Amino acid sequence: MKKMGLLSTRLEGHTAARMTILPLVVHDLCYESGGKRLLEGISFRTDVGPRTVVLGPNGAGKSLLLRLCHGLMQPSAGTIAWAGAAPETARHCQAMVFQRPVLLRRSTAANITYVLRLRGMPRRQRRLIVTETLEQAGLLPLATRPARVLSGGEQQRLALARAWVLKPQVLFLDEPTASLDPAATRAVEALLEHMHHTGTKIIMTTHDLGQARRLADEVLFLSHGRLVEYAPAPAFFSNPQSKEAAAFLEGKLLW
Amino acid sequence: MDDFRAAFFAALSLLMGLDRDLVAIVCLSLSVSLSAVGLATVLGLPLGAAVAVWQFPGQALMRILLNALMGLPPVVVGLVVYLLLSRAGPLGTLGLLFTPTAMVIAQCLLVTPIIAAFTRQTVADLHEEYAEQLRSLGVGPWRTLWTLLWDGRFSLLTGILAGFGRASAEVGAVIIVGGNMHRVTRVVTTTIALETSKGNLPLALALGMILMLLVLVVNAAAMVIRDTAQRVYG
Repeated sequence: MKKMGLLSTRLEGHTAARMTILPLVVHDLCYESGGKRLLEGISFRTDVGPRTVVLGPNGAGKSLLLRLCHGLMQPSAGTIAWAGAAPETARHCQAMVFQRPVLLRRSTAANITYVLRLRGMPRRQRRLIVTETLEQAGLLPLATRPARVLSGGEQQRLALARAWVLKPQVLFLDEPTASLDPAATRAVEALLEHMHHTGTKIIMTTHDLGQARRLADEVLFLSHGRLVEYAPAPAFFSNPQSKEAAAFLEGKLLW
Repeated sequence: MDDFRAAFFAALSLLMGLDRDLVAIVCLSLSVSLSAVGLATVLGLPLGAAVAVWQFPGQALMRILLNALMGLPPVVVGLVVYLLLSRAGPLGTLGLLFTPTAMVIAQCLLVTPIIAAFTRQTVADLHEEYAEQLRSLGVGPWRTLWTLLWDGRFSLLTGILAGFGRASAEVGAVIIVGGNMHRVTRVVTTTIALETSKGNLPLALALGMILMLLVLVVNAAAMVIRDTAQRVYG
């Protein structure tokens, strides 16, 4: 924990003094592809602090919503507004971790170095931060190993560490533990916990209800491309307002 | 049959004795082909990567063109370079015709499409996997190219070696633009063609064996590199 604080202050130095890009305000968001409406009329506003978990059955548009918010895709209609930042600038203050981690065909350490160089950090600082980051993620003994031969859990932790070393204000995660075993899932969740406590806004999808209960502060519940419910997590889990959400929580299949 | 056996042993003794002419010819061959491949690599890698990654009008056309040019007949390349470099041609004043430089140019034209097409395929496959992550990180277009080239470096090496195989084995282009002049532009393949037609089989055979060995080594190297990279880097 102490190490974290040290790292945070040092990183602050290289990232320009920045304004918060939150809240995120999504208004009447639509996305169409091949004549099909995949997302329709999504509006919500989320601010610094609470971990937002996007829930919903398969094909509800959870990943799509994350990609649109992160700016990887363009909406067909509606707006995504980050406070005081153009979409391109805003993306600099965000990071995303994908379901299947995309790691460069380089060493574990080089995967971290890559993003630090991308952000223009001088070589002297890079080395220290790479070491600290890998240690934090429990990957230091694997620093020189090629990233692509790490186990699934190690790869996802590296992807998280790589996202986190950028000190994003907002971190998107698309089913980050979908293909991991329980131990690896626990390790990933512990890292997420850390990031949350150091002030990173977490917006993630999951189809693991247990994980949603453990991590969520607020829930966005999607079904068939519509935002059915947006509520604080305790309220959502104990007293869902919609039929769909209630059925989903009971483990019924939704179509 | 006895003729062949005699020629074969004569060839072996040329090889064992490191015959001066033989060595000179092999060295010229290597230096021409290596220069050509070096140049083609510098041109072909960025070209192939750009066609793979960047969106621009005519991208599909470029892709077709690169694949088609892979099968470029060496004699046609030789002819075109000959016309460009001949006295009356647009580049005639450079006086490059019948020099090793002309041979490098011709082989480079032959090999660049091979390396570029190979690069395009490799980089396109890699880009499919990397595209979202790189965009998420905000990687610019030039750095994207460089990242993909670097991460594909082992596969790309096999493409470059394939280009080298092509360059060192072709005869049509170099014989036209080089002129096959003794001690000046005579390389392995052109010498084999000439000496065989003269009936000097030992030298032709000796060079043929060297060429075979070279091709073998290059292909083995390509395989080893690819397999090792696959195992080590995933």
